[in-house]
Amino acid sequence: MRRARWAYGPFWLTYLFLYTPIVVLVAMSFNAADTPYSWGGFSTSWYGELSGDEAIREGLVNTLVVAAGSTALATVLGTLLAVGLARYPRLRVLAVLATLPAILPDLILAIGLLAFYSAVRATLGLHSVLLAHTVFGMAFVATVVRTRLSHSDTSLEEASRDLGAGPVTTFVRITLPTLAPGIVAGALLAFTLSIDEFVIAFFTAGPKDPTLPIVIYSMVRFGVTPEINALATVLLAVSFTVVILAQRLTRLTDSLR
Amino acid sequence: MTLLSVTGVSRRFGDVTALDDVSLDIVQGEFFALLGPSGCGKTTLLRVLAGFERPDTGTVTLDGADLLALPAHRRPVNLMFQSYALFPHMTVEKNIAYGLHREGLPKDEIRARVAGVLATIGLPGAAKRRPNQLSGGQRQRVALARAIVKRPRLLLLDEPLSALDKKVRAEMQLELKRLQHEVGITFVVVTHDQEEAMSLADRIAVFSEGRVEQVDAPVSLYRRPRTRFVADFVGANNLFDGVLRDGGVEVPGVGSGPLPCEPPGDLPAGSPVVLSVRPENVRFDDEGPLAGTVMDTSFFGGVSRVAVEVGGLTRPVELTVPGTAPADPGKPVRLSWNPDRAILIGPA
Amino acid sequence: MTAVPKDARTRAAGRARRPRAEPLVLLGPGLLYLLAFLLVPLALVLSYTIFKRGRFGGIVHEATGDNFTRAADPLYLDVLLTSVKLATMTTLLALAIGYPTAYVIARLPARWKTPALVAVVLPFWTNFLIRTYAWIVLLNSEGLVNSALTDLGVIDRPLGLLYTDGAIVTGLLYAYLPLMILPLYSAIERLDPQLAEASANLGAGPARTFLSVTLPLTLPGVLTGCVFVFVPSLGNFVIPELLGGGRTIMVGNLVRDQFLKARDWPFGSVLALSIVAVLIALLTVQAWAARRFSGEGDHA
Repeated sequence: MRRARWAYGPFWLTYLFLYTPIVVLVAMSFNAADTPYSWGGFSTSWYGELSGDEAIREGLVNTLVVAAGSTALATVLGTLLAVGLARYPRLRVLAVLATLPAILPDLILAIGLLAFYSAVRATLGLHSVLLAHTVFGMAFVATVVRTRLSHSDTSLEEASRDLGAGPVTTFVRITLPTLAPGIVAGALLAFTLSIDEFVIAFFTAGPKDPTLPIVIYSMVRFGVTPEINALATVLLAVSFTVVILAQRLTRLTDSLR
Repeated sequence: MTLLSVTGVSRRFGDVTALDDVSLDIVQGEFFALLGPSGCGKTTLLRVLAGFERPDTGTVTLDGADLLALPAHRRPVNLMFQSYALFPHMTVEKNIAYGLHREGLPKDEIRARVAGVLATIGLPGAAKRRPNQLSGGQRQRVALARAIVKRPRLLLLDEPLSALDKKVRAEMQLELKRLQHEVGITFVVVTHDQEEAMSLADRIAVFSEGRVEQVDAPVSLYRRPRTRFVADFVGANNLFDGVLRDGGVEVPGVGSGPLPCEPPGDLPAGSPVVLSVRPENVRFDDEGPLAGTVMDTSFFGGVSRVAVEVGGLTRPVELTVPGTAPADPGKPVRLSWNPDRAILIGPA
Repeated sequence: MTAVPKDARTRAAGRARRPRAEPLVLLGPGLLYLLAFLLVPLALVLSYTIFKRGRFGGIVHEATGDNFTRAADPLYLDVLLTSVKLATMTTLLALAIGYPTAYVIARLPARWKTPALVAVVLPFWTNFLIRTYAWIVLLNSEGLVNSALTDLGVIDRPLGLLYTDGAIVTGLLYAYLPLMILPLYSAIERLDPQLAEASANLGAGPARTFLSVTLPLTLPGVLTGCVFVFVPSLGNFVIPELLGGGRTIMVGNLVRDQFLKARDWPFGSVLALSIVAVLIALLTVQAWAARRFSGEGDHA
């Protein structure tokens, strides 16, 4: 078939559009000048400044605490939910409910949770962000694990029961290991999304415990500083590495299937 | 009267030569088949004719005009796809009318022609249905209707019957022949099924590895294969590689003497040749030049097939005899044949 | 092993060993969590729409329709319209550049498809705020776009690119373009290329083939992509603030301000409800199109 030549212009434009800002940020993070608009020679001084920034370090720690906690919670709840929904497929309303947090605009979830915390007179802090992030983290874990479940072989569980294993033993020794790649992928997704999440954290975080995105937000709102370029480059490197590792991992598990 | 003329067409994909200097002529009103194993290039030729593929070299003319100069959508050539490629979001009626709308015909005429072709294919009630509501055989008919309603100069059919089960296939074979007579369009069918090609086509081009091995009527193709590939691919056959001598073909280590063959024509003695003898022409003969042991016999409604192991040959010699087999497995036998029925295939 | 037929044994064992508590153990914790942290919060927001605001924020449980009347005020209606306009522009631009991109990727040789897709999604995995910040740097009067245009002699004075509607649309497009390309890719990838060939074979030129065959059959993907881009664009408040410089307010900013600054939660809830209403309307259209143009199971 002849190639659709009309489509190649927009195709390259898309990649140009997507990567120009990233390339500029990375380049500017090595700029010695203190404005991002002129080149003052190569320097890594902004990285030094970055590592000494107390607010950023604190935000990073908060973010990691929230991401780790909500991911752990979301992984357990989401996996159980996915297995349950697969075993009781007639509960279709529940399946929709379980994916709702992933579809709902973040702003809606954010004000809802703020209203909820206020109604139950909960104090806001890291715990409130953690519990909030668990909601959408669980939805993503459940979705990924369910996709994995739909490819898996139920006769394994039946064989285990036939051989005399009880439901708990079967779940722990058969169901979980076959689902492991899906659970890992879901957990990675929940972790990454939590680290990046801004809107819900902005509404549910206490004033004394900002997460990293909130710290970045106030820096960006304040104005352009080259320190953000260095931070951006570090974050870019981390998420690119994670995504590419995850890609390799799924290809590896696919080939083992 | 030549309708389509393909001259010196070649097409390579990377290291693979899909078409290697292919030339053939197809006559107006003919039912022509391109036959060969999968990957032999026959489908590539079909796609060249339809305009989805450009040949690297060579020319194709239709009614004497350059066909390659026209883009796919301007060619008076229609294709029935192997997968049928019916538009899933349109009704049967709209699928069939699609090509007529592109010609800008008046609505009344389109309606009349769609109704007409639906009657021809025997699906007058299916107009408002969607393709996914039809059986395989019905889809095949709709795909055919969509192509013939355009009244093309040339209708191409890509493995038209391969997706159907055996019973429907036999019915559709008859149907295709009837239709071709009725509409008088030149048909070119691509198939890997030699029986299908034999029963449908007026002439067959046998393809192998991108080359045309032989173009002939079905009977001639069967009786007088010109290459070793054709002799082997079309119908069951016994092939002996040997050297032409006076009085027969000498196959080293096989037989008590040269094997009998037809008069060699202008092939000089000493040429390497392939001797082709159909199973129905081999007979038991106590005086015969081939000695062997019966390996296996099987009875097929009226005839028996016998496989005889002959020293020096890797494949057993096969023969068919009327009635039940006259010999049981394990029995030593001798074989021969009428020299006129032993065809010589010279070096390529 | 006993002589009991294996089938019967398995079935009996399955029935005996699937305890009645199983659905509770598996589904209970997750559903309870969703009830507390999703359904109750949403119900709260919904109920706030008909209550009065408290004097110092909070809610007075006294029914009123004022919040809805207030939303119809030209001042707020204008914000809603501007939001819809900007989100629509973003969506159309995303479609215009995303469709051809997805088309090319779907028709790439197999080994290039995954890298091309990963490259589309990769920027999406970097912090949203930093991606937005990058455009502040690029669009600033001393930024790359302006200096490039000046150097090329296209303009002799820097353009005021930042803090415009165009900057907002650019930022939204940059944030959500991958969400357009992914569903389009999967729709186009699933499309049998032979259908386009069949169309050409029946006499349709490339434009006609696109309009009559390719586009209708990929329409569900188009609409999914549009929902994925339109909805978060509409609810976004960060990009209008950072790239619009507060000059253009979108409905997301209003909601944020009502909840965090003005502390008029009932009115904020009404505005949030308008976003949800748009979401539901779009999802309905999308589901209808998916049914209408699926034709599934035909051209396997």
